Amino acid sequence: MAVITRAGRGRPRSGGFELAVWYLIRLTGVALFVLALSHFSITHFVSDPAEQTSQWIFDERWGGLLWRTLDWLMLQMVVFHAFLGMRTVLQDYMRGGARTAALMTLYLLGFLVFVMGTVAVMSMPIGLVR
Amino acid sequence: MLLRYRGGAGMLAWAFHRIAGVALWLFILLHILDIWLAAANPALYDEVLTIYASLPGRIGEALLGAALLYHALNGLRIIALDFWPRLTRYHLRLWYACWIVFFLVGIPGAYLIVAPALGLPGLKG
Repeated sequence: MAVITRAGRGRPRSGGFELAVWYLIRLTGVALFVLALSHFSITHFVSDPAEQTSQWIFDERWGGLLWRTLDWLMLQMVVFHAFLGMRTVLQDYMRGGARTAALMTLYLLGFLVFVMGTVAVMSMPIGLVR
Repeated sequence: MLLRYRGGAGMLAWAFHRIAGVALWLFILLHILDIWLAAANPALYDEVLTIYASLPGRIGEALLGAALLYHALNGLRIIALDFWPRLTRYHLRLWYACWIVFFLVGIPGAYLIVAPALGLPGLKG
């Protein structure tokens, strides 16, 4: 007996791009369950916002290549998950030309977020902050 | 909408998931901006940081953590139901389990986040 799940969006039957998005949202979701929750725990329980100055980020948080790589990985997951999720939300509530304009703005914003995050995690060189 | 439409727990689970998701998306825009400042303008970033460490900032972070935790737990529930449809029989019990974990983790978590601004004992003494 086939049970139809209505927990989230139904798996698209069309296949192709929409099916890929459906899987990507779930895959990045599992990755973010680990990455985002551990990131929040590190910034609020292991460390405290009061001590997270730019100097601290440079010395501790992004002192090694491993953490920068992990954070860049999280950035990619977040950009995919958050912006494809917002795409679904916009498609649910908007129609016609307004929807196209909103989606184009969303994709542009997603690209900007990815570039700014990448610049931040990669460009903070040794010696920039005293 | 939440009060008039009698959609039941499944609808509430969906509505909370969506509201939390949009809120998290908004925070990501802010968070990328602030972390970009850490590299581009460290002095300005340090000023922004004092807002994050203040009492209103910490209350906001506790709310952010709540949105993140709910979205994460309910998201796992959605994924589990999508890939193992037979679990749908227990979807309500799974949702209640999400809430149990949410409060067990969330209440001490929220306390630890807000405590330093109130001078209460926390992780840093």
